[in-house]
Amino acid sequence: MKQKQLFSIKLFPGICFVTFLALTSILGWTIPAGAADEKPIKIGVVTFLSGGAAGPFGVPARNGAEVLTEALNMGGKVPTPYATKGFGGAPIELVFIDEAGGVTKQVTEYRNLVQRQNVDLVIGYISSGDAIAIPPVAEELKKLTIIFDAGTPRIFEDGSYKYVFRTGAHATMDNVAAAYYVTENKKIKKIAGINQNYAWGQDSWNDFEAAMKALNPGVQVAVSQMPKLFAGQYGAEISSLLSSGAEVVHSSFWGGDLEAFVLQAAPRGLFKKSTVVLTAGETAMFRLANQIPAGTVIGGRGPHGVFAPDNELNRWFRKAYQERYALFPTYPAYKMVQAILGVKAAYEKAMAAAGGKAPNQDQIIAALENLTYETPSGKVEMALGKGHQAIQGTAYGTVKHVKGQLTIANIKHYPAAKVNPPEGVKSEDWIKSGFKKTK
Amino acid sequence: MKRMDYTFRILTGALAALLVIGPFLPQWMLFQVTVSFGKGLVVLGLLLLLRTGLVSFGQGLYYCLGAYTAGSLGLSLGLTDAVLSLLCGAAVAGFIAFILGFLLANYRGIFFAMLSLAFSMILYGLLVKTAFLGSTDGFNVGVPTLFGFMFSGRWVRYAVYALACLTVFLAALIMNRYLKTSLGRLSPAIKDNEIRVEYMGASVRRAIHIKYVIAAILAGAGGALTAITIGHIDPEMAYWTTSGEFVFITILGGTGNVLAPFLGSLIFESIRSFAYEYSPNTWQMVLGAALLLVIIFLPAGLWSVFQARQRRV
Amino acid sequence: MSDLLTVLVDGILYSSWLFIIAVGLTLIYGVMKILNMAHGSLYALGAYAAASLAGYWLNHGYAPLGSYGMLALAAVIVGLVMGPLIERGLLRFMYGKDEILLLIVTFALFLILEDVIKLIWGVDPFFISEPYGLLGSLDFAGLSYPAYNLIMIGVSLASGIGLLWILQYTRQGKLLLAVIHDREVSLAMGINVNRFYLITFTAGAMLAAIGGAFTAPTVSVVPGMGVEVIVLAFAVVVIGGLGSLQGAALGALIVGLVRSTAVHYLPEIELFSIYLVMALVLLLKPQGLYSAMEARKI
Repeated sequence: MKQKQLFSIKLFPGICFVTFLALTSILGWTIPAGAADEKPIKIGVVTFLSGGAAGPFGVPARNGAEVLTEALNMGGKVPTPYATKGFGGAPIELVFIDEAGGVTKQVTEYRNLVQRQNVDLVIGYISSGDAIAIPPVAEELKKLTIIFDAGTPRIFEDGSYKYVFRTGAHATMDNVAAAYYVTENKKIKKIAGINQNYAWGQDSWNDFEAAMKALNPGVQVAVSQMPKLFAGQYGAEISSLLSSGAEVVHSSFWGGDLEAFVLQAAPRGLFKKSTVVLTAGETAMFRLANQIPAGTVIGGRGPHGVFAPDNELNRWFRKAYQERYALFPTYPAYKMVQAILGVKAAYEKAMAAAGGKAPNQDQIIAALENLTYETPSGKVEMALGKGHQAIQGTAYGTVKHVKGQLTIANIKHYPAAKVNPPEGVKSEDWIKSGFKKTK
Repeated sequence: MKRMDYTFRILTGALAALLVIGPFLPQWMLFQVTVSFGKGLVVLGLLLLLRTGLVSFGQGLYYCLGAYTAGSLGLSLGLTDAVLSLLCGAAVAGFIAFILGFLLANYRGIFFAMLSLAFSMILYGLLVKTAFLGSTDGFNVGVPTLFGFMFSGRWVRYAVYALACLTVFLAALIMNRYLKTSLGRLSPAIKDNEIRVEYMGASVRRAIHIKYVIAAILAGAGGALTAITIGHIDPEMAYWTTSGEFVFITILGGTGNVLAPFLGSLIFESIRSFAYEYSPNTWQMVLGAALLLVIIFLPAGLWSVFQARQRRV
Repeated sequence: MSDLLTVLVDGILYSSWLFIIAVGLTLIYGVMKILNMAHGSLYALGAYAAASLAGYWLNHGYAPLGSYGMLALAAVIVGLVMGPLIERGLLRFMYGKDEILLLIVTFALFLILEDVIKLIWGVDPFFISEPYGLLGSLDFAGLSYPAYNLIMIGVSLASGIGLLWILQYTRQGKLLLAVIHDREVSLAMGINVNRFYLITFTAGAMLAAIGGAFTAPTVSVVPGMGVEVIVLAFAVVVIGGLGSLQGAALGALIVGLVRSTAVHYLPEIELFSIYLVMALVLLLKPQGLYSAMEARKI
């Protein structure tokens, strides 16, 4: 008896480990279903489903993906040129992963998506940290990966990738266009900023400050507030901005922070004293319709949402989204749609080139490089980063209340070439050079 | 002949088994085991502290330091050697811990936890402000090499995995030995009643200081290993939630054996990963519930399953 | 001069908010020796409940001033439901275990509650900003402040002074002090310690919910709002000395003033100013500012 027990003890941890490995493998290897010709194209979609970024970004993006893929899978629902079913006739299947939890987890989950769930491509990433970490992994695993939202210009300015694309313009555009907008009619002497203390906030402020200095030589920076991400209470910062005497206050706040800031700053008259520019204000404008004071300048990180052109695709998307979620789509939803449609356009272009056969990944990549395609937000050109980084025009507008309804007045559109650096030039250098057109 | 230690036998067996089955495991699993082992190293350090009655809510400080050391080697000097990264990461972490240890050795209980948390958050704040290291976006770490040898294709992952297995083997082996030395045996005594320890003539301060440095060295090595495995580092590694996760895994695994941290870490990572996959909207609840179940039914951690059996013999 | 005054006012306003979120935490720790990580979730629950209840009230066109009552009612409901549920349903099985194990139990609870909140309210933000603007603004030192800030100060003072009064002048409060001082002797003297634990935890949960409920009008109620206050509340409580009411008040005041000074004069260090203060205070006073002497066990 004793002997027998000793034996089992020695092996017990080993048995446990082996069982663990076996169980995870069984759980992990999904069995491919369906007949060969109907094999769906499986897309891993990574977006925030929890935490502070879920409400303003993650969930609208997920909703956008769901509305579009359902319509695509029915075939003939989406206006031309996207009327074919799925991707070139093959249905699309989405697998969602929460983007919360930090880079270490996201890299692990990316590998799991590709190697355990065998997705055909990955679309995702709102956080710039994730968007910087994922591309080398995508190259290692040789898997087509589309970054749909993250703003940092570093991805294709510091690196060069075969399998990675970004179908949304990077954040430089937002702040350069914001600087153009506020200097349109008047010379600005003093600016101030309030941005979250992390890469996105710091980069946004640096770009805006540099662009203002380029457009307005001699402009003074009164104060730059950098509260902690998700700080929630901005009393002291607002006091400091109020007494700074700045004519323009720049903020790249988003989500709960943006909303808290507007709720706390509006009653104290900050919006009357200065022109406040909210570069990501569009995500909050419908919810904050009664609280955002008139005169606030709002951007939507591209020609999305209220800034989108009145084309057939946009009319269809707004209607479909509204019918399903009883809300207007905001820019993350548009950007997600832009990503999926980009792949669809490339897939079908590659399919035509391959004589109607389902294209392989390399053919899709070749088709997507330097592609120009139509979306609900207008034309997208894959013009930077050797054809892997999109550029797009953008727009800013001013809040106006008409009969108790929030509207955006005085909308100015900026063409892509005016607010994006030329190929091969780093955004930072481009702004400092005074927006030179060539190298 | 002296009977070989139970843990030693398992360790050697496990190492051999892991190295042999490695090439046959699917790539994602190889990766997940490597990541778990990186975290497990940090947790092994926490185990030592916890046995002494101390909980650090700031082990992220050393985890992050180790990772940034490994990353900076590549960034500034172009050095990508995995073993060198590991050693440097551990050394830098150990050095900082040696200095901070003079302060922290005076603290106990919740105050030790909170002061260590404060230090790690100060590092977090500094890194967030450091634009050339990429602020919160961090930066990428190149593909690791081993003694000047570049691996290609799937063998990169296996090389890092093998390195992780070896590191874990050595760390666990040394820790197992250490816990049996007289200094190591002071741990439970200090936890129990440090005044008695002082009366016996041992210096509690010094003992705690040494243990703190050891824990930091392990965390630094874990951080460096994670950096070369993940290929990216950012200040989040020093954020208090990262440190909290390490404490979480320590409790999950239990403190009964030097292998418990690695078992805890493997199981934690698997639960988390499958919760992400199968219930992307409620993975936190799954994780929280799993932990509660372990605490209620196995208050001494997952390892107690083995321990109870061991004692019966 | 007006600059300094602004710093002072901003600092005090922030301190009053900090005190509301920290007081429940220190009460629970003082009595039960549990550092409650789920405090942040209770705070968030309070905020969500307040947004729903006051939103309902205002949407039905009842007197707008009544919305303040709704905020308080929401907090009371959250406290009365969650307090006993957590204490009776979970914590009471854990008494006598290691402090760290209890900490981890509340951490697990925090993870679960985060998703429970998400399942009930979804991820979209909630606003209940009417109570914030209802009382108008006050001009002070050349700047305008919403009068709602006075309510925050009032709630903060009321909870602090109220608790102090209960502890020092009521019979139950004195019994509670005995429990805090020595659990075993109190048991031996026939005090129903379990009842006190239940009451304390419920009160602590309610205080957390009050913090959330009265913060709700000033912010957007979003998922994850609880995480952010946990470490802030920890820092305040630790600086003051764990389990001490006066300590929490002083800790809140110090952190509030330091932060507002940083924001006005040195915005770069705002991010870690609170941790610098915490490290400094702990280095000078290892047990925090107001710490009870602890008997050494030989």
